[in-house]
Amino acid sequence: MGKTFAKPEALSDQPTHYCPGCTHGVIHRLVAEVIDELGIRGRTVGIAPVGCAVLAYNYFNCDFQEAAHGRAPAMATGIKRVRPDLMVFTYQGDGDLASIGMGEIVHAANRGEKFTTIFVNNAIYGMTGGQMAPTTMPQQRTSTSPFGRNVEDVGMPIRMAELLSALATPGYVVRQTVLKPKYIVKAKKALKQAFTYQMEGKCFSFVEIVSTCPTNWGMTPQEAIDWSENTLLDYYKLGEYKTPEE
Amino acid sequence: MAKVLMKGNEAIGEAAIRAGCLNYFAYPITPQSEVAEYLARRMPEVDGVFLQGESEVAVGYMIFGASGCGERVMTTSSSPGISLMSEALSYITCGECPAVFVNIMRGGPGLGGILPSQGDYFQATKGGGHGDYRLLVMAPDSVQEAVEMVMAAFPLAEKYRNPVMILGDGLIGQMMEPVEFPEDLAAEPSNKDAWATNGMDTRGSQERNLLKTLYLDPEALNAHNLKLRAKYEKMKAEEVRYKTYNLDSDYQALIVSYGTMSRVCRTAIDNFKEEGLEVAMIRPQTLFPFPLEAINAAAGKDGCKVAVSVEMSMGQMVEDVERSVCGKCPVEWYGKCGGEVPTPEEVMEAVRSFIG
Repeated sequence: MGKTFAKPEALSDQPTHYCPGCTHGVIHRLVAEVIDELGIRGRTVGIAPVGCAVLAYNYFNCDFQEAAHGRAPAMATGIKRVRPDLMVFTYQGDGDLASIGMGEIVHAANRGEKFTTIFVNNAIYGMTGGQMAPTTMPQQRTSTSPFGRNVEDVGMPIRMAELLSALATPGYVVRQTVLKPKYIVKAKKALKQAFTYQMEGKCFSFVEIVSTCPTNWGMTPQEAIDWSENTLLDYYKLGEYKTPEE
Repeated sequence: MAKVLMKGNEAIGEAAIRAGCLNYFAYPITPQSEVAEYLARRMPEVDGVFLQGESEVAVGYMIFGASGCGERVMTTSSSPGISLMSEALSYITCGECPAVFVNIMRGGPGLGGILPSQGDYFQATKGGGHGDYRLLVMAPDSVQEAVEMVMAAFPLAEKYRNPVMILGDGLIGQMMEPVEFPEDLAAEPSNKDAWATNGMDTRGSQERNLLKTLYLDPEALNAHNLKLRAKYEKMKAEEVRYKTYNLDSDYQALIVSYGTMSRVCRTAIDNFKEEGLEVAMIRPQTLFPFPLEAINAAAGKDGCKVAVSVEMSMGQMVEDVERSVCGKCPVEWYGKCGGEVPTPEEVMEAVRSFIG
């Protein structure tokens, strides 16, 4: 009897450092499966962010670059413009993409740079110890909003999928999550579609994945999954926001 | 080969293409926007890549990504834009990627002015970004030399796997001079498969390449810094370039000046000669590595009463001149800022007062 299930070739043997209940491990695996299934590992270059996934390059088995905070879309632009035959993806968190990197992602999307961005949104800064993010929910307590996010003072959370889908340039913009198996199936489909568009040289692709941060939310893994499903999905609604055919 | 009359900025753009660099990312800023305007039209003619990025911050990282996957790439900017690229320069140097940056200096600090200056000497040679890193810095004094330095910069960047910076100024960028493009080009390095993230298939390899600058382990980071340091020591041993002017005379003062400012000083020295006063000049062509030994030897010659650093700044290179002279004679500074270019007469007045 042959092998029915295996670790993707695009994933390395390195045990990850991620917290219990964090979804980075699941997302990494989905990305690796897509890379394997599309047969593109030999010409893929991933770009790691600054955030919990700063060490993502240790977990993938393909060429990788490590970006400065927020700058991954600019690095991806550089690679893709000079080597359009390479498959390029950025993997970024909410501080990296929606705060310091806001300019880079909006302009890369607007130029229609033909790479794929995976945006892991867990409404907080994980690696640096739980500070407020542009995606932090109203009244949510973080280490820099200890009394809860005050929207009168710092505004409402930013919805990146909606923001990027408002650009006139064609693109693939989708939001999914990996909180439960039923969602994971859709998240993988979205990732595969995104990379497929890149293989076709069609457009910029953006897959936002609503996630968790049990450690900095001060919750157990199960509580975090529940809170994410009940509260985050209510504000960050899942679905396909833009496809290049429109 | 025919000589062409070209504007400095445009010649710099053309020089990159002649050097086999077909990738240019940049952001407009006075007084160097003509490089981008020229290459926007010229790059498509050679099937090259031209992209105007959204900011110098972004452009710095486009350079990092592109250079990291093994392609020759250049950007140009001016002082405030180079400030924005400084973080990227720290990353690119740590990541050991070759790339060419050109700074057409303007008046500063702050938004400053748009006329020429030499106020970014510290930024270029001591590092505007964080951490222990150095750039190989070359300073042309003419459009022709700018072309030669840009073309030499690519193989140098690849030899050391380090960014190279060409430090020009608004005059070099804006003026038109006759240019001849060298024909003997250095081929691309054959070893880039060892480090470039150009795709495993491209290399025919099962081993992936990783471009990173994070070294959480202090021993590993110290070791990496020592590795970088060794490169700078090698640069100091092998890449010092300078020109001398009237050094064979019995000079009473030694001028140290670079770029556009050195041309004014040449006229001052010629004028002095007519008056019967001998003054010599050392013109560094590399600002890092700096011609410490040459200046030290020249300052120590009998009869040399003073070394004068003449710069369009408030005194930056003068500190390296002091370091070179090591007390063999007094060291003075003369300069102007803000876009003002000292005249030969002003230089002469200053040098005369220092000689005493």
